[in-house]
Amino acid sequence: MQSKMRLDRRLIRQAWSARLYLALTIGFSALTGLILVGQAFLISQIVAGVFLAGKTLHEVQPQLLLLLALSITRSGLSWGSEVAAQKISGQVKHSLRQRLMRHLFKLGPAYTSGERSGELTNTVVEGVEALEAYFSQYLPQLALAALVPLTILIFILPLDLTSGLVLLLTAPLIPIFMILIGDAADRLTQRQWKSLSHMSAHFLDTLQGLTTLKLLGRSRDQAQAIAAISTRFRQTTLSVLRVAFLSALVLEMVATLSTAVVAVEIGLRLLYGRLVFEQAFFVLILAPEFYLPLRMLGTRFHAGMSGVAAAERIFEILDISPRQMPSSPQQSTPTTEHRFDIHFQDVHYAYEDGQRSALHGLSLRIPPGHKVAIVGPSGSGKSTIAHLLLRFIDPDRGSITVDDQPLGSLDITTWRSQIAWVPQKPYLFNASVGENIRLADPNASSEEVIRAAKQAYAHDFIQALPESYDTLIGERGSRLSGGQAQRIALARAFLKQAPFLILDEATANLDPEIEAQLREAMNHLLQDRTALIIAHRLGVAQDADTILVISGGRVIETGSHAALLEDGGLYSRLFAAYGGLA
Amino acid sequence: MRRVFFRLLGLAKPFWKRMGLAVLLGFGTIASSVGLLATSAYIIAFAALQPSIAELQIAIVGVRFFGISRGILRYLERLVTHNAAFRLLARLRLWFYQKLEPLAPARLIHYQSGDLLSRIVADIETLEQFFVRVLAPPLVAVCIAILMWFLVGAFDPRLAAIIVAFLALAGVVTPVFVRRLGRGTGRQMVELRAALNTALVDGVQGCADLLAFTRAGRHQTHINSLSKQYFQLQERMSRVGGLSNALTGLLMNLSTITLLLVAIPLINAERIDEVYLALLVLAAIACFEAVIPLPSTFQFLENQLAAAQRLYEIVDARPSVIDPGETSPEPIDFSLSVRDLRFRYEMDEGPALDEVDFQLDQGSQLAVVGPSGAGKSTLVNLLLRFWDYDSGQIFLGGHELKAYHGEDLRRMIGVVSQDTHLFNDTIRGNLLLANPGADEHDLVQAASQAQIHEFVQSLPHGYDTWIGEAGVRLSGGERQRIAIARALLKNTPILILDEPTANLDALTEREVIKTLYGLMEGRTTLIITHRLVGLENVGQILVMREGRIIERGRHDELIQAEGFYHRMWRLQTQSDALDILHEGDASDEGFELGSKR
Repeated sequence: MQSKMRLDRRLIRQAWSARLYLALTIGFSALTGLILVGQAFLISQIVAGVFLAGKTLHEVQPQLLLLLALSITRSGLSWGSEVAAQKISGQVKHSLRQRLMRHLFKLGPAYTSGERSGELTNTVVEGVEALEAYFSQYLPQLALAALVPLTILIFILPLDLTSGLVLLLTAPLIPIFMILIGDAADRLTQRQWKSLSHMSAHFLDTLQGLTTLKLLGRSRDQAQAIAAISTRFRQTTLSVLRVAFLSALVLEMVATLSTAVVAVEIGLRLLYGRLVFEQAFFVLILAPEFYLPLRMLGTRFHAGMSGVAAAERIFEILDISPRQMPSSPQQSTPTTEHRFDIHFQDVHYAYEDGQRSALHGLSLRIPPGHKVAIVGPSGSGKSTIAHLLLRFIDPDRGSITVDDQPLGSLDITTWRSQIAWVPQKPYLFNASVGENIRLADPNASSEEVIRAAKQAYAHDFIQALPESYDTLIGERGSRLSGGQAQRIALARAFLKQAPFLILDEATANLDPEIEAQLREAMNHLLQDRTALIIAHRLGVAQDADTILVISGGRVIETGSHAALLEDGGLYSRLFAAYGGLA
Repeated sequence: MRRVFFRLLGLAKPFWKRMGLAVLLGFGTIASSVGLLATSAYIIAFAALQPSIAELQIAIVGVRFFGISRGILRYLERLVTHNAAFRLLARLRLWFYQKLEPLAPARLIHYQSGDLLSRIVADIETLEQFFVRVLAPPLVAVCIAILMWFLVGAFDPRLAAIIVAFLALAGVVTPVFVRRLGRGTGRQMVELRAALNTALVDGVQGCADLLAFTRAGRHQTHINSLSKQYFQLQERMSRVGGLSNALTGLLMNLSTITLLLVAIPLINAERIDEVYLALLVLAAIACFEAVIPLPSTFQFLENQLAAAQRLYEIVDARPSVIDPGETSPEPIDFSLSVRDLRFRYEMDEGPALDEVDFQLDQGSQLAVVGPSGAGKSTLVNLLLRFWDYDSGQIFLGGHELKAYHGEDLRRMIGVVSQDTHLFNDTIRGNLLLANPGADEHDLVQAASQAQIHEFVQSLPHGYDTWIGEAGVRLSGGERQRIAIARALLKNTPILILDEPTANLDALTEREVIKTLYGLMEGRTTLIITHRLVGLENVGQILVMREGRIIERGRHDELIQAEGFYHRMWRLQTQSDALDILHEGDASDEGFELGSKR
């Protein structure tokens, strides 16, 4: 409960930039309460006048006109408060979206990639949207629930103490019950939602495995399984809901029974002449209005809470401090005539806060102009080396230097602009093929893009696409095969023309023909460049000046292809497995 | 869209009694409110005339009754509604699955990605709300309008007409008006939201690429500007959307004022007893509760119809394969014979298979190799009767393939493919899927033969360990071994190995192939692969390219022939790929590397 309130406070603080609108929302709520009282007053006067004093339409006309004016004003306030609330929610979402994205870029792929990426995407896209309900529905309702009953009470108490007391005493019951029963019921419903999502997951799983089920001749049986799981879910859920809905029942009862109590109580006092009709009717009109905002808060509560849940995750992400060490204040700019003599000295790195060690005292050197290939079993930390060089991560221990300067002291953007990186799984953006290649140089002319594509052997398949270089790819366009994506990545590297090249496992799982094309393209790319080649298949490695064999996070063999084969170590064994010949 | 609506109604039809009950209860709830306020007003109005207390008794009982009934009816309504919704959800799932099952996988190739399937699941869940959010609220509102017609009509029909008219204005005209007003902005918002989401997804998932190419800042600016535009549109939209509640409230108040305008002269003229004025006013206010949910009903209706439309589009596809009317014939043996087979997926596409011919005797092995897009997988799809071929013939055990029911055919064929799906279930559950009747002994034997038994034993709960999303993640090699164990358990006379070693590293690949040899023994086996590893002992190899068989023979024969196969093999195995490439350019069947020089 307490942590929830702290979260509430932090969320509301987000609205600080929109504080004018927050003030408007609250001010409008207070005014709404006043108008409500005025309306009740006028109606009771009109009805009392006609009913008991036999007034004519003409005689009550001023009150009717005033009532009309108040009604219009109240609608105006309701409109204004909704617009203001939307403004708050819009502003908060806009600012959180920006902050979240900026922070994720700071955290870098070490945090955003892998299994977490789906969930993160969801938080950035849907989680931020979920705050909408909190700010545009829950928060204004909270203001109404706090102010309207209070205003009503202020007017009723001096007028009719008994009714006022009934309202005053029953009102707290609503929030108390909401918290008491709500909390317990909430936990129950939450568990139930979880089982609902399990059921959805099962259904999704079945759909995804439909072909496998068909192959195994079991696809028809699954219909029964789906029916059975749905039925079981319905039964257990309903038994939970029977309890959970009790909270709503109690709330409803408090509100209606109190109204009934007030009605009977004022009716009896009227009967004995202890109250005048006008006042009694005024109280009766206001009694349900007194409970309405509190009840509405109950229905908006869930919308608000899902916003809080989303906010929890958003703040959690924002609270992670980037692992990267801050660059030293006097950053040196790497010169363009860099020689790129790169040294790794006893580098250690572990993922998941030291839980999963990837590099364990790795030392290596990439001399200027050299092509160094790294091979080793999967999970030996090969990609970590690339990530360190790109400064997506910084070493836990040990040093990385470039021309005897610590890598951390170089301006990160300038350093990265010296590197062309061909990742293992290049990401293709939801944009045209041409724009995807232009990632390397947004200002490249189409001739340059086409030349890069040709060099990467991508031109032919791109031309065969429905709209050539303008074809949209990614989720919302056509999908490219792994080999095609790889060639787009190569085209990017060609376009970038950076002096230092990092090729990460570029030829895994490809068709032999494409593999050969890629290899040809890569050899072009490697010319006149310092390069680090991370290869899973050994084919590419053989052309390198030096091959480093990595195992268990450190270098275990070093040498040229021929020398390593003669040594008969891990490399030669891997080579035998790969090619079947020596 | 109207057709979609009625089809949805058809699906909900079995639950009409429950739904009717729910509507009745929802009506009762609001009617209780009306009753509570009307009787309360009557009590105090009547009490003001200072009658004897006995004359008030009935009204007091009424007030208490309505005070209690509202809560109870609401509670019951929610239970019945949820019950109906869950039943509807179950039916929708089952309906969809049963419609989908015959379509798989031919009509679903475009839905293979997880995202699209998740959307289907989400769409079905959206429809669960069809009754709660779309059908019930208007029905309840209509019932309340009828109630008010009779209740107020008993005093004067004009008053009844006023209330019903204002209910209609608030419940139908306002939502339609507001939606029309916001349609343009709404459409822009949908587009902008999609663009923003895409940019966000790109930002998160393409984070590494953006940073490496020093484009993160640019992308951030792009997101900021989209977000800003979206924010501004939302603001514009809120000005329209805010009208909905404001107008509903205004109409409620106007109905009270209009009612007073008409009722006061009637009371002055003593056409209506003045004691009822308070009752009429409060009843008129209370009944507006019925129209409050209606604006959102319109929005839900649109979403639901769109969701339903998407589902119907999938389900309405004609199955690509129609099973024969008669029962499947008994195969004479388990040989396969393919003659002059031709096939294309779409009429406007080139042939996926062209003049494919081969004979595979019972118990022997045949490998089909070639680069991706050669038609290897198509051949598998035809053999499994996932698609039907256009011309030519396939014979299995002496009968044409089309004479077999798909299910009967697949009962004879075991498949180990690269994308075997492992379900969110225990290892045991995943294995038993292949043969529900298998006992523990069969299970262990199959697993041992697939060389996965020891691994399974090492897991915390052995065969009862959960795998998949909810449990242990298996490596590619382990997954393939499970697939092999499944094939062993299914124990079929015919075996299809469809790229069984794709996605495995070289060392694992070797080991898996060794295991596969055990599986192949004595079975008619078709091996589909682009990895030319372990084919030395296969009796017959077909080399395919662009849907045609271009070479055939044994491994050593094909190597000696120095053709396409040889070149593939050398590319894959030999170190010096570049040399072969240059040779290749000189020969006729060179690779398409025209742009190279």
